[in-house]
Order: sequence, then structure tokens, then C-alpha cells
Amino acid sequence: MKPLLDVKDLKVHFPLASGQTVYAVDGVTFQVNEGDSFGIVGESGSGKSTTAQALMRLVDPIEGVIHLDTQDLTALSGDPLRTMRHKMQMVFQDPYSSLNPRLRAGQAVREPLDLMGLGPVRGRDTRVDEMFTQVGLHPDAKRLFPHQFSGGQRQRLCIARAMVTEPRLIVCDEPVSALDVAIQAQILNLLKRLQKDKRLTYVFISHDLAVVQHICTHVAVMYLGEFVEQAPTGQLFAAAKHPYTWSLMAAALSPHDRSRAGARFTVTGEPPSPIDPPKACRFAGRCPFATDRCRTEKPTLRDFGLGHRVACHYAGELTPPLPELAATA
Amino acid sequence: MQPILEIKNLQVGVDTGKSVQSVLDGVSLQLFPGKTLGVVGESGCGKSMTALATMGLLPDRFSVTGGSIILAGEDLLAAKPSRLRQLRGNALSMIFQEPMTALNPVLTVERQITEVIELHQKKSSAEAREIALEMLRAVQIPGPEERLIAYPHELSGGMRQRVMIAIALACRPKVIIADEPTTALDVTVQAQIFRLLRDLQMQTETAIMLITHDLGAVAEMADDVAVLYAGKCVESGTVEAILGAPAHPYTRGLMSCTPRLRLGAAANDPQAEGLGEIPGMVPPLGRFPKACRFAPRCALADARCHAEQPPLVDTAPGHSALCWKTSPEKAVA
Ligand SMILES: Nc1ncnc2c1ncn2[C@@H]1O[C@H](COP(=O)(O)OP(=O)(O)OP(=O)(O)O)[C@@H](O)[C@H]1O
Ligand SMILES: Nc1ncnc2c1ncn2[C@@H]1O[C@H](COP(=O)(O)OP(=O)(O)OP(=O)(O)O)[C@@H](O)[C@H]1O
Ligand code: SF4
Ligand SMILES: [Mg+2]
Ligand SMILES: [Mg+2]
Repeated sequence: MKPLLDVKDLKVHFPLASGQTVYAVDGVTFQVNEGDSFGIVGESGSGKSTTAQALMRLVDPIEGVIHLDTQDLTALSGDPLRTMRHKMQMVFQDPYSSLNPRLRAGQAVREPLDLMGLGPVRGRDTRVDEMFTQVGLHPDAKRLFPHQFSGGQRQRLCIARAMVTEPRLIVCDEPVSALDVAIQAQILNLLKRLQKDKRLTYVFISHDLAVVQHICTHVAVMYLGEFVEQAPTGQLFAAAKHPYTWSLMAAALSPHDRSRAGARFTVTGEPPSPIDPPKACRFAGRCPFATDRCRTEKPTLRDFGLGHRVACHYAGELTPPLPELAATA
Repeated sequence: MQPILEIKNLQVGVDTGKSVQSVLDGVSLQLFPGKTLGVVGESGCGKSMTALATMGLLPDRFSVTGGSIILAGEDLLAAKPSRLRQLRGNALSMIFQEPMTALNPVLTVERQITEVIELHQKKSSAEAREIALEMLRAVQIPGPEERLIAYPHELSGGMRQRVMIAIALACRPKVIIADEPTTALDVTVQAQIFRLLRDLQMQTETAIMLITHDLGAVAEMADDVAVLYAGKCVESGTVEAILGAPAHPYTRGLMSCTPRLRLGAAANDPQAEGLGEIPGMVPPLGRFPKACRFAPRCALADARCHAEQPPLVDTAPGHSALCWKTSPEKAVA
């Protein structure tokens, strides 16, 4: 099967006034099949949002190709880029700043249809009503302004707006990070239901491993602009092989689970800077297993079957510090 | 042990022009030296209002209408504004929920930290700069020397939050109120920041009020927990009691909403997949139900819950819940 989204060797670098360069995204490759949900997790500054913005062509990559279906997005500009945009939509972390405060909710959801001239003009209001119902808002709420909604309702509004053009792909950048647990659960369940009912495809960015495990079919772990491990979700959480992934998992376990596991494995040392990333293994400075080889030779992504790829010289040879993983490794 | 901060029966109201609506109704909390109290609840439950009332920073039209707030024997509600300014940032400091609104966009990181230090402690600017650098290192900001001259918009969300924490810690306060200090941060930084707060707490006996809707953070950090719902404290107790044997349906609902990491064999167990939901949402101010405020969203609610104020029931020593149905026996009786 041909993937819906095919990203090859994507690089986004930002020049700084000081003359230095931020290697925000530095050679990322992945595919997403239709109906799948591809998660990207990683620490703050690892390049997740920049990857999302490059997919949406909100920033320009300096290298790499992005194919949506058969179209090379990196080659588009002007009108073709605008028409492509209705096939890809984005939901942002901050439901407050991503809505125009002067547009009523109904207009906000309708706007993409008007801007792109999609569908018959008469049908648009009906379509907006449908969208409101689908995301769990009453169509009467169309007359309200964004500030009259709660955070969770605003995020529902953003999802309705993103879905109204029937996009092939929705890029969600931390869509629930600004919401409290109860609303987060409602929105996650909503995204999951919409995906099942409409066969939507997501790229889903989050720093919360448990959230990603809940919603994604595939997960990539990002570190300093690179993917260090990627796998189908079940495989990753059953048998992660990269020490950085282990450290994320250890930090995300509830203390109850952690004490049961009898292990604590969290990274130490300074978080590295993407301005001057280590030349060999980028994680070497914080990795408890690092050897001289790790500091001199760059590990490549190696395939361990089932699409499980790991960039660590010793992947498969190390004993996971988390007993649950050791049992299934 | 004597509490360092004691909030008793706090009432906060907002003047709408027509009437005064209740925002907080009878909230009582105690903070002990060297201990952390987790304050949890959904958005809009009154967590930040509790913090702001304590800091003397309630927004316009909001005011304390009853109760008391005592910091180390001093009644904060009776303190003059000048005294409160003196205490804030020094004995009592706050880490705000939104770093971008709390940081000054036109000042460098260095200036924002040294400003607090120079205000409260008689330090030269060179000394203040040294402390600022030390604080940035303590909160693990990469390249701290370069970051000193950065402006807030040049930092990632996580880094801004760490700068906020550096400012709050700069004067080694007795009480820190941390309003969602790590919500915007990823787990590894969160783990580091919690470790940092705990280390500081051990050295200085600081009491921490940790406001969050993240039960994982509570489990990690808190000694005691208070659960707020619609301006009322609906359950309180030790962290073991609240997370191990939650007595209030709201607390149980919050727990079922929290996605849990499943590793190893559990990762492929379809049974463990679902995520619970609490239907509906927190009522806005002025629309609190008359009897149990949680009743419209509660799966256990019956006619009595909709008609009568639930009692505060002691389910175990030091563990209480505001509910008609704190245990199955009571539901039958
Ligand atoms: N416009 C820009 N100019 C310079 N550097 C930038 C720019 N945008 C992002 N960066 C830098 O690129 C790196 C990656 O940032 P990005 O926002 O993609 O991280 P992230 O993984 O989304 O982090 P977070 O979890 O904090 O949102 C960071 O070091 C950031 O400071
Ligand atoms: N500036 C304001 N003007 C009017 N109402 C407000 C204001 N700030 C808060 N409120 C209302 O006061 C109530 C309590 O809000 P509070 O900010 O304490 O909630 P919170 O528990 O901190 O929520 P969150 O998790 O979203 O920060 C809510 O109903 C909220 O809508
Ligand atoms: S009193 Fe009744 S409605 Fe309120 S929380 Fe308890 S069971 Fe639910
Ligand atoms: Mg981001
Ligand atoms: Mg708040």
C-alpha cells in the first residue's frame, strides 16, 4: 500500500543572528498510511512542532521531500499550495490564540469552506451544523464568540474547523496539553471516535507518552531533531530498545507502577542544545550506556522487523532497566 | 506540627454589578513546613482563585468575603498592601500558570531574575547576576550564560516555565504556590523540576502548594491532597488515602480520565485500552447547583443528591469527603 504521507530526510534549520544555526529538524523520515495515527513524542525543543509546521508548509524545509498522496508538497507555492491546504489541516495546542476573537463560532468553522470555495454555498451552513454536532457542540452555539466558550469547547471548535474541509490528514500539535484531564479525556475520545468513523489520518504530537499510547497506531521518539526510535505502538511499548525511550517511559510511569517495577531510570545531565548537537550519537552525553564508539560514530536507524527502527549501536543487546520491558524484549 | 500556612473556611466572591456570586465556598487548607499539598480539580474549579486570594492578588471585582489566611502567625487578610508586597516574592512566592503573561516581554531573563533579588535582598547587581546564573543552572537551562541576555519570546515554552521557577526560587521563600508549574513541560523536565523542588524543600523546609489537574504530578510530589470542585473542597486526605481509596465520585472520575502508561505485556492488552470520561463540565460562576454541586455529572446521584447539601464525611482519620455516598454501606442506609 502506498502511504498517504511520505516524508523523506526532512531538514529544517534556523539561522540565528549570532551566525549560529539551530538544527531544529535534522533528517527525519517516516510514512503514514491512510487511517493511521502517527505519534511524535520527545522533550521540549526536540523539533516536534517544527516538523508539524514543515508538513503544513508554515516553515520551509532546507532539505527533504514531503509527499501527500502523489503530490510533492515541498515543490508547491502560491495557489496550488493554497488548494492543497484543505487536504491538510492543523489543530494547535492553544485553543485560545488559534481562533479569531471577532468571528462567531459558526463563521469560524465555515470560514475555511468560504476561503477555499468548497462545496455549494447553500450547503455550507448545513455542513457547519453537522460539524458542531460531530464534535459535541450544540448548533445553537454558532452565534457565540470564542471567549464565550470554555477551553475544551474552544478545542472542539478548532477540531470542527480543521475537519470541515474533509482533510485527508490532520496534524495535531499538542491538542490536549492545555486542557485539564477531564476535558483531555473527552477530546481524546472524540478524536479517536472521529478517526474510526471517518477513517481520518493523524500526525499527533505530544510530550505525554500515555496520551500517545492511547491514540496512536505508530510512534516515533524524537531527540534533538532526529528520530531515535520508531515502531507500531504495541511494539514500542512492549519492547522499546533505545535508552532514551526507556528514560521517557521511566519518567512517565506513575510512582506506584515505578516502585512496583523497582526501578528508576531517568536521564541526567544538561539538556542538549540543537545549536551545537553532538556529532556522533546525540544522546551519548546523557546515556548511561554510552561508550567511546557512541561518542565518535553516528548510529544509523536499524530495522528490527515490523517497522521497528532504532538508532543505537547497542539496540537489542542492552537489558532494559524496566522489568516489564525486559520480560517482552 | 504547626502549619506554616493555614486557610480556614475561605469565601471568595465576585461582584457582577447586580449581585455578588460565590467563587470559593468554605475552602480550608493547611500547608506544613517541608511538605507539599496537592490541590487538584478541573479547569474552573477555583484552584487559581485560592492561590491568588492567598497572594493578595485577586483580579478586579473579586474579593475575600469570609474566612482567614494565616502565614506563620500573621493574618494576611488584615495585612496592609505594603506588607503584602514585602512578603510576596520573599516569604511567599508564586509560580504562575502562564509564563508568557507573567514574564515581562521587554526585559531580558537576567533583568527579570535580578529585579526580584535586588528588591528583596540587599545585593549588588554583580551578586544578583551571580545568583541569577546559579538559579538558571539549578533549573537546568542549557547554556545559561547565553540565556541570561535572551528575551522571553526567544525561549521555548518549557524554558520560559523554568525561568519562572528560577524567579520564584531566587529568594528561598517559606511557602511556594506553584500553579500548574509543569503542565506545559515534557516528562523528563517535569521529573527534573520536581526533583529540584523537592531538593530545595529538603534544604529549606519550604512548604509547597502544588496546583494541578495532573494526578501523576500529585502522586509524584504531594504528601497531602485537596480536591476542589466548583469552589468547594470535596475531598481531602493524605496522598495514599486519596489515590489509593478515593471516597468521592469526582475524585474517582478524575482518576479514570487519566491515561496510564502500559508497558510490556500490558501494552497489547485491549482490555486496558479505554479511557474514562466525566460527562459535561464544571458549572460557571452563578450556576452552581443548590445541593451537591457535582450531582448533574455524577453517575451515583439520586434524588437526595439533587435536593440536599451532602455532609462532610470522615471516611478514615484525616480523610474526608463531601458526599452522600462515600461508601457502599452508606448508599444502602
Ligand atoms: N523561528 C525560530 N528561530 C530560531 N529557533 C527556533 C525557531 N523555532 C524553533 N526554534 C528552535 O528549534 C528547536 C525546536 O523547536 P520546536 O518548537 O520544534 O520544539 P518542540 O519539540 O515542539 O518543543 P516543545 O515541546 O517545547 O513545544 C528549539 O531549540 C527552538 O528553540
Ligand atoms: N478574571 C476573571 N473574571 C471572571 N471570572 C473569572 C476570572 N478568572 C477566573 N474566573 C472564574 O472563576 C472561577 C474559578 O476560576 P479559577 O481560575 O480559580 O479556576 P482554576 O481551577 O484555576 O482553573 P484552571 O485549571 O483552568 O486554571 C471559574 O468559573 C472562572 O471562569
Ligand atoms: S453527593 Fe451524590 S451526586 Fe454528589 S458526589 Fe456524592 S453521590 Fe454524587
Ligand atoms: Mg512544540
Ligand atoms: Mg488556574
